[in-house]
Amino acid sequence: MNVNMESQPSYVKLALPKGRFLSSIANLLGKIDLGFSHYSNEARQYRLRSTRFPYLSAKVFQEKDIPIQVAVGNYDLGICGSDWIEEFVVKYPAGALVKISSLNYGEGSIYVVASNQEKFSSLDESLAMQDDWRIVSEYPNLAEAFALKFRMRKFRIFPVWGAAEVYPPENADLAILWGKNESALKAQGLVSLAKLFPITAFLIANRESLESKNLSQILTCLSHVGTGQGNVVARVSRSPEPFVFCHSEGEKQSLSEGEVVKQSQWQAKEIKLALPDGHQCPPTSQFLERAGLNLQGYSDKALNRRPSVDLDWLGIKVIRPQDMPLQVANGNFDLAVTGEDWLLEHLYRFPSSPVAKLLTLGFGGVRIVAAVSQDIPAANIGELRSLVQSGKFAPLRVASEYINIADKYLRDNHVSPYKLIPTWGASEAFLPEDADLLIDNAQTGKTLAQHNLKIIDMLFQSTACLIGNKDSLDSQDKKERIEFLNRVFQSGLL
Amino acid sequence: MNNSFFTAKPYLQRSCKCKGMQDLLPKDMLRFRRIEDAFRNCCREWGYQEVRTPTLEYLHLFTATGTLTPNKLGKVYSFLDWDGWSGERVVLRPDGTIPVARLYINNLSEREIARLFYVTNIFAFEETGKESRERWQCGAEFLGGAKFTADAEIILLAREVTRRLGLNNIELQLSHAGLVRAMIKELKLSSSEEAKLTSRVVEGDWQALTLMADSCQMSVVSKLLSQLLGLKGKSSSFLQNLRALSPQASSDFKSSLEDFINIALLLDSLSCGYEIDITAIQGFEYYTGVCFQLLADGEKVGGGGRYDNLVPLMSGGGTPACGFALYIDPTMKSLPLEGEGKSESEILVKGEDITPEIAKRCFTLVQSLHDAGHAAELGFTGWVKSDYRWIILVSGRGTSPFVLIDCKQKRQRGVASVAEVLDGIR
Repeated sequence: MNVNMESQPSYVKLALPKGRFLSSIANLLGKIDLGFSHYSNEARQYRLRSTRFPYLSAKVFQEKDIPIQVAVGNYDLGICGSDWIEEFVVKYPAGALVKISSLNYGEGSIYVVASNQEKFSSLDESLAMQDDWRIVSEYPNLAEAFALKFRMRKFRIFPVWGAAEVYPPENADLAILWGKNESALKAQGLVSLAKLFPITAFLIANRESLESKNLSQILTCLSHVGTGQGNVVARVSRSPEPFVFCHSEGEKQSLSEGEVVKQSQWQAKEIKLALPDGHQCPPTSQFLERAGLNLQGYSDKALNRRPSVDLDWLGIKVIRPQDMPLQVANGNFDLAVTGEDWLLEHLYRFPSSPVAKLLTLGFGGVRIVAAVSQDIPAANIGELRSLVQSGKFAPLRVASEYINIADKYLRDNHVSPYKLIPTWGASEAFLPEDADLLIDNAQTGKTLAQHNLKIIDMLFQSTACLIGNKDSLDSQDKKERIEFLNRVFQSGLL
Repeated sequence: MNNSFFTAKPYLQRSCKCKGMQDLLPKDMLRFRRIEDAFRNCCREWGYQEVRTPTLEYLHLFTATGTLTPNKLGKVYSFLDWDGWSGERVVLRPDGTIPVARLYINNLSEREIARLFYVTNIFAFEETGKESRERWQCGAEFLGGAKFTADAEIILLAREVTRRLGLNNIELQLSHAGLVRAMIKELKLSSSEEAKLTSRVVEGDWQALTLMADSCQMSVVSKLLSQLLGLKGKSSSFLQNLRALSPQASSDFKSSLEDFINIALLLDSLSCGYEIDITAIQGFEYYTGVCFQLLADGEKVGGGGRYDNLVPLMSGGGTPACGFALYIDPTMKSLPLEGEGKSESEILVKGEDITPEIAKRCFTLVQSLHDAGHAAELGFTGWVKSDYRWIILVSGRGTSPFVLIDCKQKRQRGVASVAEVLDGIR
């Protein structure tokens, strides 16, 4: 257990998921009466204590964080989707993670897909047709394992935070993603080449906890759900099984005529622009409207991943703002609207990347801050450094969505030793039990204060910005169009 | 203020060494250098030239079928470089031969023949962290060596290195990747099934081949396999017997067997003992012809073989090649002791005090000793090793600023000048 706070050794800690499984798992826990009545979409509580088992507590995480939290021993048990478990164990097969059993909640599968525009009809056929592959996925470890297993001669993997389905065929040859079924993929203009494994909610355990701690009451409760085959421990697989590839049973599917036309038009566009989804969508939409760009299908209420615009030379796709700098660097887009934080995160990782900031747009402002628990006697980074040097941390655990910014910040401030814990949202919940320092964005600081955290440093301020590919900016063919768009964007500034 | 923060145990300083990595201490380096020196000398005598390849290579160099097995690929250290925004992954060199083949293609391909050698580290993830994830090896590659004489040259070079190192109970085991491939081909599997089976066999799963041969009802392959797996030949006669027993084998099998016989006959004529063990394949998919393993006291210390398809696979033209590697880590363990407790320098120049005047005299004297070809080290205070031949005390006072101590004869005398010191230790 890597905890700085003293805890009673008999305590059992459970990591529970936010998001897609929350309702069904809450329902399940209610049925078996584990005593977590506040685990619900409405309650929005991160820390839970069982009213039935006084030694049992739980914390709510983003699903993707749960396998690593259980593997490092911060939690004895966890529940999350099989996709994030496989993503973890395929890279760290010797990890201390034990898959216990499926809870039989889940929908869809992880698929290897290509665009229906491609001429592939099967995986073997597609592998024989091409020598150099671009694979986009939220699951980069699975993608690499897939490429190696199928002996792809040359491949490039683009990890993305989401929206992988919008990349093929123009910006990726294959995507490895979740799909409800093959019909749903077809509706997105994709064809399934292989089904890797179905998604179910899984109960996982830390190996050491399972070997040395009495978890029997909790496991007995959980054994009455799922497959209903009695004692869960009896079905523990000591070493995680490698994921199994199932060839897709799907027949060659075809796109509607409209979709084919839409996709073929993309390559003809002289300038490609990426716009953000999520929280950044409404302010970006308002900004573009103010600037006089007339877009159809770009609003958070009715989002089209390929919105149209009344400039016939401009192609637009909607992707995650976190992914934009990398996509612009690769030339998949000439321009993109993202945050300065994500641009800097990218440039710290790839200092010679051909991405440049063209314009600060002024909306979506946040501060990137360093924060610690109120209980830590440090008012600034210098004082925290002194505490680390005196050996008060073992070592300093730093949680952040911005791992490259956090890494540079700690290096620049000579804080050592430390270890980084990458997170995928709700990072403030990691402190104080599972991390000591948080590098995160804050608008008002209220959320941090609610979690009993204090800001000890502000790294920089960030707002939305327009970024561009340097080669595109230098291109004679594109220069004029980009300058025109730059003027349009400038006209939207308040 | 939170009490639990202050009651948290102070961070105990742990080893900062990365898991799975190893330090080489002075006594290890003595052994390391002995191996390296013997290997370098042998290679030079056989006309091989030293090269060094970078630690980082592109991943795609190692991913094609016929290079590394999927099991080995699953253990490479791959990552994105600082300019890796294009998604092109790089690896910490997982193998010694493939980078040398790349070096040859990039720089030396105009040479019909290139005899190259290297001393390098390779990296492979090992799950427990108890075994080293960084391994050192000495390798020699004969690029352009098409004939069986080139295979024999590589085997004899490897044997000579082990002999010069004085390794005990050396065993040479021979196999032939071409024979194995020909047997797998007889099963007439699809190309992907054939590649999968080859990978499993190369990684040591011979049962997979036996089971597949039985399930395909390939009696020819089953018979050959039982002979090859059940018997260990001691000379070329075994292979000639095998030829007589398999008249209906494929032409690929027969030509591989002929190649194997030619090499075995040459080794017989040179009185180079060996054992024919078909399982002595090294875990690399790139081998195409004869392969071998070297064992010292039963421990595998080296191996190699012919890899005619590797350079063509890397778009380097039709250059055949063969090579071998001596694994330094197990060889260090098998190496007989030889003067390892001995001090590097036999002379200690010891200042009586640290003053500018004495320090200057000490440095001047050490420089003169080095110029005269003596290894000498400096000391000013504290502990002195007991195994020096000479100790020269430097006081800087009076007419005898030096005291020359003969540690062997256990006597000492005052000396007036550097020249007199040099005379005294001669």
